[in-house]
Amino acid sequence: MSLPTTVPVRALTAVTAVCALALTATACGGTTKKSSSDQGPGTAATASADPAAALKKGLKLAFLPKQINNPYETIVDNSGIATAKEIGSTAKEVGPSDASASSQVSYINTLIQQQQDAILLAANDPNAVCGPLKQAMTKGIKVVAYDSDTAKDCRQLFINQASSEQIGRSLVQNLGKQLGLQGKIAILSATQNATNQNTWIEFMKKELALPAYKGMELVKVAYGDDDDQKSFQQTQGLLQAYPDLKGIIAPTTVGIAASARYISSSSYKGKVVVNGLGTPNQMRKYVKDGTVAQFSLWDPKKLGRLAAYAAAALCSGQITGAEGQTFKAGDLGSFTVGKNGEVILGKPTVFDTSNIDGFDF
Amino acid sequence: MSTKSDLSRFLRWDVAVGILLVAVFATGAGTTEGFATTGNLSFALNDIAEVAIIALPMTLLVVAGEIDLSVASMLGLASAVSGKLWESGWAFETIVPVVLAIGVLGGLLNGWLVTRVGLPSLAVTIGTLTLYRGLASVALGSNAVTDFPETYARWTSDTNTVLGILPYPFALFIVLAAVTGVVLHATGFGRSLFATGAQEEAAYFSGIRVKRIKLLLFVLTGLLSAFAGIVFTLRYGSARADNGQGFEMLVIASVLLGGVDFDGGKGTLGGAIAGVLLIGLLKNLLILNDVANEVQVIVTGLLLVASVLTPRVIAAALERRHRRAAAAV
Repeated sequence: MSLPTTVPVRALTAVTAVCALALTATACGGTTKKSSSDQGPGTAATASADPAAALKKGLKLAFLPKQINNPYETIVDNSGIATAKEIGSTAKEVGPSDASASSQVSYINTLIQQQQDAILLAANDPNAVCGPLKQAMTKGIKVVAYDSDTAKDCRQLFINQASSEQIGRSLVQNLGKQLGLQGKIAILSATQNATNQNTWIEFMKKELALPAYKGMELVKVAYGDDDDQKSFQQTQGLLQAYPDLKGIIAPTTVGIAASARYISSSSYKGKVVVNGLGTPNQMRKYVKDGTVAQFSLWDPKKLGRLAAYAAAALCSGQITGAEGQTFKAGDLGSFTVGKNGEVILGKPTVFDTSNIDGFDF
Repeated sequence: MSTKSDLSRFLRWDVAVGILLVAVFATGAGTTEGFATTGNLSFALNDIAEVAIIALPMTLLVVAGEIDLSVASMLGLASAVSGKLWESGWAFETIVPVVLAIGVLGGLLNGWLVTRVGLPSLAVTIGTLTLYRGLASVALGSNAVTDFPETYARWTSDTNTVLGILPYPFALFIVLAAVTGVVLHATGFGRSLFATGAQEEAAYFSGIRVKRIKLLLFVLTGLLSAFAGIVFTLRYGSARADNGQGFEMLVIASVLLGGVDFDGGKGTLGGAIAGVLLIGLLKNLLILNDVANEVQVIVTGLLLVASVLTPRVIAAALERRHRRAAAAV
């Protein structure tokens, strides 16, 4: 191209001037974070509950996972769907194929249009899903978060696998034991904004700050976005950047499997300890070949089961999500709603060569 | 020449896409409960508002023979910067012009590299796609900023509508679309875009300031992408560096689906708008019918391939028949 060019200097100057003007016009006064901090109250669970009410049948429950091909959430959802069938209701799983903040919103809208009785979701972003969920609740649809919470006033219940503190601290404790409390470690997480991941990581850091762990140093938190290839590359990157790395905690089923796969075929095998949260079927190979000695997880089937029971209890009016209410979850026993509408399933199980063959999920 | 114009009337792809859009809507209304409700349609329209807004300047760019792949990254950058400034206590009324200015600067950089340095826009904007997304991550890191002011957030809600069905972002899109449509199809400036896209040298030697026009279009695209970033941020109430990831493909798919020629010089804004609406409504309809996400992606992909392929196949078939008829005489 040999065409001569002209720079639109005048246009540029005009734009700059307008911007400057707008800046000065609004710099003093306006809507700031402080001035708008008093926003309307959330939908508090104030309606009265009737614990003796019969469990309704024919309910329509919908599971909305972070993304549909997440193996962990598939197990949760399938178990929830089976449980719904057992108690005379129907359930289905719908969801996006990517775990971005906004992709769940279209699905929530759809579930509102379909007049489901309850939406059970694992939030990719605690706030992005809030508007539509509140809309669902005003239309009488019950909202139960599981695995990854939303903002508190955007759902009635949150079914927590285990207390976040237990999970975070126990992962550090387990790795600490394996490493003899010495050496550099890294965390391989999922997406940077996953609520559950970040809460666990916070508790991991708190545990690491205890004097007993002064020999251990957290050098980096890497993010594999719950994408197998990315998690694989992140592991590779971590080991290249920190050749003296001793351990990796991957509190995500996608991350730990990718991490173990990389290490099992590299020279780091046996030198770098991988621990974290994984499913027995995914990790069996790496436990058997010695790449991974142990990992933890709660039983996702129980999580799905509890979520389905909780949603049915909400729809039947047995509970409203207020603290102190109790409901029965079939063979899982009785559960009490805790602070902020949280229901806790129980402690995570540690899997190793001694027990892994007893689990198939 | 009369056969030629008969052919091109027959081949009006944008009209075909418009008909397909009506067909999809009618099918949805007839078969799917909850589709043709005002609540759902307001949501569906709001859901594509950002893509639709960016598709307007993108149509002009493609008509003029250029492309901008950095639009979604600019959206993310605008979102991240809005979040960062809001968190640091800036007034929202100040944040908006600052973010729009960033959009203008981003567009200027794209336009400068293409028109002054003479690099191909595809290559330049693949680079700035990564650059702007990277800057977004630098601005906000892994944080998500929330708590945007209710007064502005309400403006973007799909439950707050004009005429009972149009959410404000989409209503604004309609106004912008009307202006863009007039500019493209009823002004000398619009004609010069087609001329530039069809034959740049010829356009230049007939007195059209080709480079200045292209620079202006890049700036406009940056500006509206940044604006779409603000809308997106308010709509989801969450400012994040990864907001709108992959939107550039949706925008470009819509524009091409609407019959705007990738080589420049041909296309209508109406076609591009029909393309955006078709992709948006189809997605909504498929989700309502519980169609798996993989299938949705495949449908969109096939539509796109068809939109590029079909007009050419028809043209080739007609050409052959024409030649055979000519030979028979």
